[in-house]
Amino acid sequence: MSLQSKTSSPGEDVESIPKIGVFVCHCGANIGKVVDCPKVAEAALGLPGVVVSKDIGYACSEPGQQEIKDLIEEYGLERVVVASCSPRLHEPTFRQMLQSAGLNPFLLEMANLREQCSWVHMSEPDAATEKAMDLVKMSVSRARLLWPLVEEVHPLTKRTLVIGGGVAGIQAALDLAENGYEVVLVERKPSIGGTMAQLDKTFPTMDCSI
Amino acid sequence: MTDAGRHPKIKLHTLSEVKEVKGQVGDFTARILKQARYVDESACTACGECAKACPVVRPDEFNLGLSSRKAIYSPFPQAVPSAYVINADECLGHNPSICAKCVDACDKKCINFHMSDEEIYEKVGSIVVATGLSPYDPTEHDEYGYTRFENVLTSLEFERLINAGGPTQGEVLRPTDRKHPKSVGFIQCVGSRSAHKGKEYCSNICCMNTIKSTLMLKEHYPDVDVKVFYIDIRAFGKGFEDLYRRSRRLGVQYIRGLPGSVSETGDRSLSVSVENTMAGKLETHELDMLVLAVGLLPDPGTQRLQEMLGLQLTPDGFYLEAHPKLQPVDAATRGVFFAGCAESPKDIKESVTQASAAAARAIRLMHKGEIAAEPITSMVIEENCKACGKCAEVCPYNAITVDVKKKIPAMVNTAACAGCGTCAAECPFGAIVMNHFTDEQILSQVDALLAENPREKVLAFACNWCSYAGADYAGVSRLQYPPNVRLIRTMCSGRVDEDHIWEGFRKGAPVVLVSGCHIGDCHYIDANHWTEKRVARVWKKMEKLGIRPERLQLEWISAAEGVRFAEVMRSMEKLRQEVTAEEVERTMEILNTKKQ
Ligand SMILES: Cc1cc2nc3c(=O)[nH]c(=O)nc-3n(C[C@H](O)[C@H](O)[C@H](O)COP(=O)(O)OP(=O)(O)OC[C@H]3O[C@@H](n4cnc5c(N)ncnc54)[C@H](O)[C@@H]3O)c2cc1C
Ligand code: SF4
Ligand code: SF4
Ligand code: SF4
Repeated sequence: MSLQSKTSSPGEDVESIPKIGVFVCHCGANIGKVVDCPKVAEAALGLPGVVVSKDIGYACSEPGQQEIKDLIEEYGLERVVVASCSPRLHEPTFRQMLQSAGLNPFLLEMANLREQCSWVHMSEPDAATEKAMDLVKMSVSRARLLWPLVEEVHPLTKRTLVIGGGVAGIQAALDLAENGYEVVLVERKPSIGGTMAQLDKTFPTMDCSI
Repeated sequence: MTDAGRHPKIKLHTLSEVKEVKGQVGDFTARILKQARYVDESACTACGECAKACPVVRPDEFNLGLSSRKAIYSPFPQAVPSAYVINADECLGHNPSICAKCVDACDKKCINFHMSDEEIYEKVGSIVVATGLSPYDPTEHDEYGYTRFENVLTSLEFERLINAGGPTQGEVLRPTDRKHPKSVGFIQCVGSRSAHKGKEYCSNICCMNTIKSTLMLKEHYPDVDVKVFYIDIRAFGKGFEDLYRRSRRLGVQYIRGLPGSVSETGDRSLSVSVENTMAGKLETHELDMLVLAVGLLPDPGTQRLQEMLGLQLTPDGFYLEAHPKLQPVDAATRGVFFAGCAESPKDIKESVTQASAAAARAIRLMHKGEIAAEPITSMVIEENCKACGKCAEVCPYNAITVDVKKKIPAMVNTAACAGCGTCAAECPFGAIVMNHFTDEQILSQVDALLAENPREKVLAFACNWCSYAGADYAGVSRLQYPPNVRLIRTMCSGRVDEDHIWEGFRKGAPVVLVSGCHIGDCHYIDANHWTEKRVARVWKKMEKLGIRPERLQLEWISAAEGVRFAEVMRSMEKLRQEVTAEEVERTMEILNTKKQ
């Protein structure tokens, strides 16, 4: 966010490559049955910046996360690569893990070895393993260049403008008001009520509308 | 209604319209124009003495002109607020010598001709748009004779007629002779489901509304003959089929086929010609009264509000939600929510459900009293900015201000920026850094994947919301595709820079794919329009440089299109196999000598 964070950004002279940890998840048999996870972890150890690389049964599980957190501390890791399922699934989980390990959550990078590798190349374990190594390599290069981001917090007015005073606007206004929020309800006509006020009986109950 | 009128937390502005909204989520300011009512809202007891005195008689719009009212009137008996209102255009004027009869009639002295329109500013953190529907005007359906025959009514007019509080106290009377009709016909889908007149969509409520009306008619007048002309009856909701069955059991005739023409007979009844597609023959039906089940359109003010709030509309003109399944009441603009028919035609139950959902979404957003801004936003490197204005032009969120004339460098309003990265991709001077998706970060992935055996691989850029999600969906469905594909995720396809593509070809990629949400589905309003333009630009340049443009592909893949994703991967692989080693070599040479 802030421009100062740019100083830790890539570019010209990266004298000190940050310390990176790589964690290759088996996801039980989901990844492990197709991709040779220990081999992927071993290969990652040779990449610039990687100081620790391990395969893990279930990275997202409580013990899995604990193991990663311990290693973050032990190795003083500055970037974390989790090679597991889709980031669309567990990115929030692992970001939180980084945070609780004292790292900025945006220093996480994920490689998608499940949805985009083991599950779609089930009968080609060698090619899948090779792809997994490539995906991890891509993630490690990217991780090296990540920088911390902070979520700016802005004050917010706890008040809602409801435009239109038909049954929908009225219901929204009442729900908000009953929850303690102030509401400004704006209606173009001289009365609220909308179309429903013009109806007598309504389906499906066949009772009165107002 | 009355609950909303007297709730201490609800401030009600009637006769009011929002004229302008400034700011963003958490901090909007709305300018509201409130028309003068000329009657003191809090003092008026709705005794009606004023209206008795008023000499001006006008059609009552609430009853769609089926009855009359005065220039000072109550909109309808249960109105909230209950105060009377003066229509200033109809009023004869307050100069005592002209009229002012109402002023004298009012004991409480609540009529005040010196009231004037007010401009009100309200600060809010979120907005619920619930502007509702407007019924279709069937004038253009001339074959049904709505404007020519008095006994042809719209469904809303019929609602007023059969309403106990309506102009006839609920007695169904023919407008021409004020007699009970012995037969009533209903024509369905008027203004709906037609490519020629009105709209193409189904209006959702009119089948059930007609069924309801037939039941009410049969309840009031068991002997009345009721016929419904329809395409098909859509009674899909809870309890709906039951009502439909009841209606048929009571003898209502459902005739499949829409009438081709309607004419008037001597006693002002209606003769309806229809091809009964069930029986397969042409029929003529004599009816005393005909009701047109008109469709629902969005409120006519929808477009103005849409522009004011930077929202999107569907091709049908209703508001477009952020995601049809997962965010059905959110606008793509943070802090704005939809409820009711403003979003699509629907019944009361669905409108209420959606309204509660919108309220809950607004509460979820507001309850902390503060709001965390999206940290993945762009930032401007002032020294590099030439104030060309390109970024401000492309930003779908109007999050960038730049003064082209005065050469004041661009500034990103981080609270409004949604993080699509289009500005960074379009800035001709590399003056914008997209946090978390910087050029260096993306290029490092391109380089890493092409470091070894580049000719064997397929480089694909995918957007987080659609094509990357589509790839995940292919995985979940276990769809198999060639293993040499490597995806690079960006938030939006709009982030993919020309340079990212060139870098791929420069480092030996045989083929490159750029993929994103379908046009119209972009998670960042319309950022993918810029993707489309940019890829077209690169194609042109490739052609000039003697590089086959087919090697760069652009595909739109939705989050649900796992099958399509796998297909596209297969066709990319086929394309790759057609690219020879020499071709790749030559491209690398061209690009390395002529740095793009
Ligand atoms: C003939 C007919 C019969 C029906 N019968 C049934 C039935 O039996 N059962 C059933 O469930 N549903 C029925 N419906 C549908 C029902 O009327 C709708 O579901 C419901 O009214 C939708 O509520 P709403 O609040 O979304 O919109 P509306 O009721 O249309 O209310 C919208 C309100 O917003 C106001 N407004 C619009 N724009 C602005 C603006 N820019 N600024 C300020 N105010 C604005 C309007 O004046 C209006 O008061 C029927 C509809 C019709 C037309
Ligand atoms: S001034 Fe006369 S016309 Fe106008 S509202 Fe009063 S009584 Fe009616
Ligand atoms: S609800 Fe019935 S009448 Fe209305 S448009 Fe749909 S099909 Fe036609
Ligand atoms: S174009 Fe996208 S990234 Fe750039 S300022 Fe606008 S929303 Fe933010």
